[in-house]
Amino acid sequence: MFGQSLTRRLSDIQICAGEENWVDTRTVYIGHKEPPSGSEAYIPQKYPDNRIVSSKYTFWNFVPKNLFEQFRRVANFYFLIIFLVQLIIDTPTSPITSGLPLFFVITVTAIKQGYEDWLRHKADNAINQCPVNVVEGGEVVRKQSRKLRVGDVVLMKEDETFPCDLILLSTSREEGTCFVTTASLDGESTCTGLQDTKAFTTEEDFDTLLASIECEQPQPDLYKFVGRINIYSDRNEPIARPLGSENLLLRGATLKNTQHIYAVAIYTGMETKMALNYQSKSQKRSAITVLIRPHPSSVSPLLSVLYLCILISKALINTVLKYVWQADPDRDEPFYNQKTDTERQRHILIRAFTDFLAFMVLFNYIIPVSMYVTVEMQKFLGSYFIMWDDEMFDEELGERAQVNTSDLNEELGQVEYVFTDKTGTLTENNMEFIECCVDGHVYVPQAICNGQVLPGTEELFFRALCLCHTVQVKEEETVDGIKMGLHQGKSTSFYISSSPDEVALVEGMKRSFFSVSVESRFELLEVLTFDSVRRRMSVIVRSRELYLFCKGADSSIFPRVISGKVAQVKARVEHNAVEGLRTLCVAYRKLSVDQYEETCHLLNSAKLALQDRDKKLSEAYDLIEKDFILLGATAVEDRLQDKAADTIESLHKAGMKVWVLTGDKMETAAATCYASKLFRRSTQILELTTKRTEEQSLHEVLFDLSRTVLRQHGTMTRDTFSGLSTDCVDYGLIIDGATLSAVLKPSQEDSSQGNYKEIFLEICRNCSAVLCCRMAPLQKAQIVKLIKASPEHPITLAIGDGANDVSMILEAHVGIGIMGKEGRQAARNSDYAIPKFKHLKKMLLVHGHYYYIRISELVQYFFYKNVAFIFPQFLYQFFCGFSQQPLYDTAYLTLYNISFTSLPILLFSLIEQHINMDILKKDPSLYRDIAKNSLLRWPIFIYWTFLGVFDAVVFFFGAYFLFYNTTFTSNGQMFGNWTFGTLVFTVLVFTVTLKLALDTHYWTWINHFVIWGSLLFFVIFSLLWGGIIWPFLNYQRMYYVFMQMLSSGPAWLSIILLIVTSLLPDVVKKVVSRALWPTTTERIQVSERAHTHTHANHFLIYI
Amino acid sequence: MMASSYNAKEEDGNPSSATVHGGAGTVKNKKPDNTAFKQQRLPAWQPILTAGTVLPAFFVIGLIFIPIGIGLFVTSNNIKEFEACLYSVYSKYSFSSLSTLQIDYTGVDLSSPCFNCSQNYIWNSTTPCTCSVPFSLDQPFESNVFMYYGLSNFYQNHRRYVKSRDDSQLNGDLSSLKNPSKECEPYRTSENKPIAPCGAIANSLFNDTLDLYYIDPNGSRTAIPLVKKGIAWWTDKHVKFRNPAGNNLTVVFQGTSKPVNWRKPVYELDPSDSDNNGFINEDFIVWMRTAALPTFRKLYRIIQKKPNNMSPTLPRGQYILDVTYNYPVRSFEGRKRMILSTISWMGGKNPFLGIAYITVGSVCFFLGIVLLIIHHKYGNRNNNADIPN
Repeated sequence: MFGQSLTRRLSDIQICAGEENWVDTRTVYIGHKEPPSGSEAYIPQKYPDNRIVSSKYTFWNFVPKNLFEQFRRVANFYFLIIFLVQLIIDTPTSPITSGLPLFFVITVTAIKQGYEDWLRHKADNAINQCPVNVVEGGEVVRKQSRKLRVGDVVLMKEDETFPCDLILLSTSREEGTCFVTTASLDGESTCTGLQDTKAFTTEEDFDTLLASIECEQPQPDLYKFVGRINIYSDRNEPIARPLGSENLLLRGATLKNTQHIYAVAIYTGMETKMALNYQSKSQKRSAITVLIRPHPSSVSPLLSVLYLCILISKALINTVLKYVWQADPDRDEPFYNQKTDTERQRHILIRAFTDFLAFMVLFNYIIPVSMYVTVEMQKFLGSYFIMWDDEMFDEELGERAQVNTSDLNEELGQVEYVFTDKTGTLTENNMEFIECCVDGHVYVPQAICNGQVLPGTEELFFRALCLCHTVQVKEEETVDGIKMGLHQGKSTSFYISSSPDEVALVEGMKRSFFSVSVESRFELLEVLTFDSVRRRMSVIVRSRELYLFCKGADSSIFPRVISGKVAQVKARVEHNAVEGLRTLCVAYRKLSVDQYEETCHLLNSAKLALQDRDKKLSEAYDLIEKDFILLGATAVEDRLQDKAADTIESLHKAGMKVWVLTGDKMETAAATCYASKLFRRSTQILELTTKRTEEQSLHEVLFDLSRTVLRQHGTMTRDTFSGLSTDCVDYGLIIDGATLSAVLKPSQEDSSQGNYKEIFLEICRNCSAVLCCRMAPLQKAQIVKLIKASPEHPITLAIGDGANDVSMILEAHVGIGIMGKEGRQAARNSDYAIPKFKHLKKMLLVHGHYYYIRISELVQYFFYKNVAFIFPQFLYQFFCGFSQQPLYDTAYLTLYNISFTSLPILLFSLIEQHINMDILKKDPSLYRDIAKNSLLRWPIFIYWTFLGVFDAVVFFFGAYFLFYNTTFTSNGQMFGNWTFGTLVFTVLVFTVTLKLALDTHYWTWINHFVIWGSLLFFVIFSLLWGGIIWPFLNYQRMYYVFMQMLSSGPAWLSIILLIVTSLLPDVVKKVVSRALWPTTTERIQVSERAHTHTHANHFLIYI
Repeated sequence: MMASSYNAKEEDGNPSSATVHGGAGTVKNKKPDNTAFKQQRLPAWQPILTAGTVLPAFFVIGLIFIPIGIGLFVTSNNIKEFEACLYSVYSKYSFSSLSTLQIDYTGVDLSSPCFNCSQNYIWNSTTPCTCSVPFSLDQPFESNVFMYYGLSNFYQNHRRYVKSRDDSQLNGDLSSLKNPSKECEPYRTSENKPIAPCGAIANSLFNDTLDLYYIDPNGSRTAIPLVKKGIAWWTDKHVKFRNPAGNNLTVVFQGTSKPVNWRKPVYELDPSDSDNNGFINEDFIVWMRTAALPTFRKLYRIIQKKPNNMSPTLPRGQYILDVTYNYPVRSFEGRKRMILSTISWMGGKNPFLGIAYITVGSVCFFLGIVLLIIHHKYGNRNNNADIPN
């Protein structure tokens, strides 16, 4: 089942990369020298050259391709449709109203994208032309990078960047390895050369090398590579060696600490893993998922659809009314207003349809297309505040928060479930060796330090620890990236490993005089590498006899042990686990020569397989790793991260449910959970573990638990606010991987078991904290998926630091990566990356909260201001014979959303702070105020729409009664329809801007500048627009209209009156609801103000 | 904008940028600037709308608005606007405190003096139909009197109508004169000659002539001088509307045709006054400013108060309105009116603004009281609310 979803996931990625119908493998001839005939039939494959094309356009396809790209966006497409309708039929507003902004946006974007693409072309050229040393016919030739072909042998010097994906053949270092830094990917890694090609160290040597590499076709997974090299020596019998990702040098990485290497190119150009990765990554989130997912910004498409319905019905109503009204021919065509002949001859249906379209064009602004642009800008610009945040900068790592997707800013304010990894996320992932237990005797580092000769088992135990690891010794200190290992007194060497546990163990061993150099007396034959499914690793060594040493999690070792002091060790392991220490068990097995050879054979055949290599390998491992003799166990401490407990507590108070998903033992994990305050002393722990299901059936356990939980639920009316109060028992659930898979297993035979999932969900929903231990990486993703699919569709957040967390990070709504010690994979795949777990608090409670209130106001306000804008126009149709006469002038129609009312709301949505940042952090319960999308609910939305309609009615009828059959100038002259529209428009602009001003809680100088500035701009624009006979316009309808209006006293009085009247209900609503039904947020606002007041008073007193 | 976010993503995949960055300076560069803006800690004024803070504003608004409203209402009531419909002129007649004079001379009723004219009307009749409407003023008009004509059910704001004009032609542009804008269709050409001024608005120019006579007690009629200067916006008359260049208008307009409904060409609109002829004829300009609503009035003439004379502009007594009935409105059930009105600083008679101000002011005042109660009852509760810290 897990495997199934894994393959699906992989195939998703592959489809993204456009990898289909390809030959499964490729054969590469090193140096293009074909091997002696008689081997396999040579199928020539075409490989691309090493040209990197990151640019999107060429000179020729720029215009069509760029236009196509741009019109794929909803806003542009909508504008285009409106524009075309305006061009084709006779519409009330000129095509300029939508054409001009469209043209402007398209041109600016095109210029910008063109410029960026030009830069990319330049960068591409620089890369493609940079010289590379290629070995050709025994000589080094300098070639341009783009001319590199698959199969070329390349000589790389120190600090050079690899031009394509290479397989390491030989290095200048003795041990045949080289160091590589992939600063842009993840820290530092080593790369292993091949034993058989180690000897080829000069150009001439490579001329004689005859070898071919078979490997899979390129795929985007950076950490996966399967291949095989066949080396043909004189005997004509090729030697086959496996190639794995440890032999692969990725494009973009840099050679470090190694003088030079020889390597052969296998993936070039756009087929390098880096290029593939880049392509597939940009498609990570499609627009459709954003639309479907129930998150805040999906409300706006929903609203848009609703508004589209309103728009269509408005247009329909008006069209129908128009034809009812026009039934009288004297109304349709009075003597003073005749139609042209062509108009008259048009069929009535066509006329009706054109009228319908014309009404659509007239009212189209009700769909706030500009909102999409503004929302995009808000998200993009707003995400900078996360990156800029000083408090989310980590001095130690020198890293600050990263934003990989700005689409999800507001979802940070809606998180209900937090799934966190334990190691490296909650904990430091900085291990310290604490003790070991050999044969039931406990040793602490100081005790072993005396250097006494240890008897049998002990010696074997320490030998095992010294041998069974993948730690590397690093001599120099010039390492970029992350340093793993302690900086000892002798600063010249420290240890590097992919697992911090091992470093801790080796460090511990070193302190007890067992230097790693013991290795020399042993011949290392095989390494059975660690993987998270087996949860152990082994080495096969030869000294006098053949040994297999194995080290791994207790659960994976104990079942395979046949002798040793199992009971004592087990007891000690459990004791340590309760203390929160990470334990490992060590065992060994003697191998006979026959056994060893059989093993070797098994392993080699598995390693050379190109398909299902992993599966075959693990089968082989399974056969070898058995019949162990237990040696002992080790304990390593992993300290909690700084402020992890505080963060978890805050998240709890904020109403989030925190789940810890870990691969660790239950006892270890539970201890960490207590330490991190995930479980408190008062928490009642429910267990759903294999231990319990062994006693009872899963069925009974589940029902038992649900009864316990629901009883509690039934007796106490759930107080949503006091989830943290002590009188309410809160539950913590512990579940392990095996039980989880049993719960989730879809069982056909028993229908009653089908709803295990629901019962499980029900239990989980009533637990404030859940600990899932012994999880496989994909199980983590499964849990996230399960919660995501639960009926309430909560917003989930996953946070982790390692490669094993990537699946859940990708699965959750919001994925957060910690820039941890286990590489940057999680950070790379996440939506946001933060240096430390504690930064999550500010990320959610402050940034998430702010983004949410900002975007919700932005969305609501946009609908409001456009309703207020368009509704008077709708009303006006009833007074102009449904003739689609626009109320406002073209310039006003065009600029309303673009310039008169756009900047204040954009600024608001960038810097509004309804509550002080420090209070948000201090009082996490405020997060509950915005939970469950509470600011974008229907009642609130209806309120805003109502407000818009009310304002529109006030504007329109205010102006109507002012104009009705009278004059309001002191010289008796009359105003026309354009003055009417201008009056409404002036009131409109002032009202919506002041409405925003009333909503603003945080008035910086920028707010003042933008709000008053945009009003001033409107006035100045109107004066200018009406002050000149514009030569390029074919009408001068606005000439002096604005000035004439302002010269009349009643116009001023009515503008003031109408603005006050339209703002009145909103102010009253705000004040009354604050006084009578204040939300927590509002209460805090008030109290904070009182607080600062008293402070000010104190201050005065002191003066 | 999209492009730049695209670009940001690219950076971690682009090998070139990866090599450029990354170095000793990285750590230093990554530290965010500690500026108030970037840390979202700009000094700010943080107002909150509470009952306590809004209260005074409500009272102030109430206290300001109510007097303004009363003032406006009183001013509006002082404005004299004579309103009388012909068929009901006698019923209106009895009101002693008439404030509007509004005479409907459409001629719908049989009893109406203009009934015959309204029946027999054909556009191109050469003999104008005239009718006289007698009315009386109970009270004199003391100051300047503005004479309006009003039309009802006339959709000057119909889209087809509003756009049916050529502003550059009206601004004296010669090429537009000979080749008017397409918007003027179907009033663009007649007899293969361009129409000047083109378009539906110009074509339907209001062409009734209204004259006012005072009937002396002895029975003789005195014509009341009607001033036709200053009825159009100054900017319209002097900037927006201009005759095509040329000394002789007749020559200038040669090769153009008069609007079909007109009896005389544009250059004969006011032959007596060259400053009021052609496109800059004020009656024409007034008509060209399309009204906002289907019931509208337009300024027709001004009756100026005689200088240094204490006698009222229009003394109490009997009057006769002489109508040259040209303009047909019966076909679309329209009405024509003549309105006499005085003007204050706030324009004509319009009680709306005053009433609205009084209403809004009172509502504010009332709300202020409500908020005061709320503030007293609940305000303390909020301030002392325990905030869990």
